[in-house]
Amino acid sequence: MANVLVNAPKTARRGQAVEIKALILHPMETGFRPGADGRILPRNIIELFTATWNGVEVFRIELSPAIAVNPFVSFFAVATESGTIGLRWSGDEGFLVEEQVAIAVE
Amino acid sequence: MTARLVYRRMRVLRVGLALALVFGSTLVLAQGGGDKRRSGYQDMGPALQKMQDDDTANPAMLFVQLGQQGWARPSGAANKACADCHGVAAASMKGVAARYPAIPKGADAPVDLEGRINLCRTENQQAAKLPPESRELLALTAFVALQSRGQPIAPPDDPRLGVFREQGAAIYRLRQGQLNLSCALCHDDNAGKKLAGVTIPEAHPTAYPIYRLEWQALGSLKRRLRNCLVGIRAEPYAADAPEYVMLELFFMDRARGMALEAPGVRP
Ligand code: HEC
Ligand code: HEC
Repeated sequence: MANVLVNAPKTARRGQAVEIKALILHPMETGFRPGADGRILPRNIIELFTATWNGVEVFRIELSPAIAVNPFVSFFAVATESGTIGLRWSGDEGFLVEEQVAIAVE
Repeated sequence: MTARLVYRRMRVLRVGLALALVFGSTLVLAQGGGDKRRSGYQDMGPALQKMQDDDTANPAMLFVQLGQQGWARPSGAANKACADCHGVAAASMKGVAARYPAIPKGADAPVDLEGRINLCRTENQQAAKLPPESRELLALTAFVALQSRGQPIAPPDDPRLGVFREQGAAIYRLRQGQLNLSCALCHDDNAGKKLAGVTIPEAHPTAYPIYRLEWQALGSLKRRLRNCLVGIRAEPYAADAPEYVMLELFFMDRARGMALEAPGVRP
């Protein structure tokens, strides 16, 4: 089960810039740290975060091993039509989480 | 027609730094009037206070979600979920975290909230104890503690607790470790002053379990106590030592009436 907290407005005026914030549970293991047995722990990070608005990509970032545990992402998008904001995190070890929030634009 | 959207700004930062975007008012957890006690919350900058106050920015809330799932999941030989016996946590667990540690029925020594949850694991679910500081135990504790948010800390009036609390107070005042410091020396005598750039808090147990940015994880009050013991270069008590519960009892009594703010954020 996805462990995500999303903060996005439920409604917006047409043309308004809305802020979308998302927090996800993830270890973001860098691939550089030794574990308890002295061996390097395999890298396990989120590599890519994308956001779509009614299927159209509006935001994308590539994450690196320097990003902290449980990364918090915040971005703005201009509201043009009602629909669905899709958020997608993917990364090492087959990690894939998708979340959707609805927004009504008046 | 497709939506035309422009993104203006983006930020991906350490959660601890993500608060440049945050401003505005902060929740004041005051106890009113002449009460001069300060929760560690009041010693944090406005950015961290805002992070704690916003349930979608406070990383501890990710663990609360896990705890909520754990609350509903049947477990152990009894195949019972917490919810099967306790129902809706918002009703049954309200105020509970504000009065632990306490002495469970039929026992003669106090347990803290984690200990009480583990009693339900072993006695009521017939499941194995959850290890200290394990994600599952911290998550359940955070979920239970959240139900008392805003409630005043209210230790039970059980006279049997007195002797344990006094032992906690004695540890608090004892000079120990290679640095030969007592907890009181910092948290009573020098609270509010700086230690290497960090404000020394009054050490109130108002926010536990906490998401500590330095840990990059959720941690218990025990872990925080262990941190300070290591800080004065004393040998920390074993993970399940009664000394921690004694200190917790002392701290809860010292913070009587202050509002619980769990699960909190600390630097
Ligand atoms: C089979 C029923 C049962 C299950 C399952 C169960 N409990 Fe309990 N729990 C009890 C009973 C009965 C008590 C009260 C004991 C008493 O009266 O002192 C209790 C007490 C508690 C208390 C202290 C309440 C207080 O007011 O002091 C907490 C906290 C608690 N349980 C949490 C949990 C959690 C978390 C789980 C799941 C991991 C759980 N319980 C599973 C029966 C259960
Ligand atoms: C040398 C000074 C010093 C001593 C001695 C000391 N502490 Fe601390 N303690 C601190 C500082 C500084 C912090 C805050 C750390 C931070 O935020 O990075 C702290 C934090 C705490 C907190 C967390 C408060 C909160 O708001 O969450 C508790 C509880 C605590 N200490 C308990 C103890 C106990 C118990 C002892 C004795 C075993 C002790 N401390 C000894 C300096 C000290």
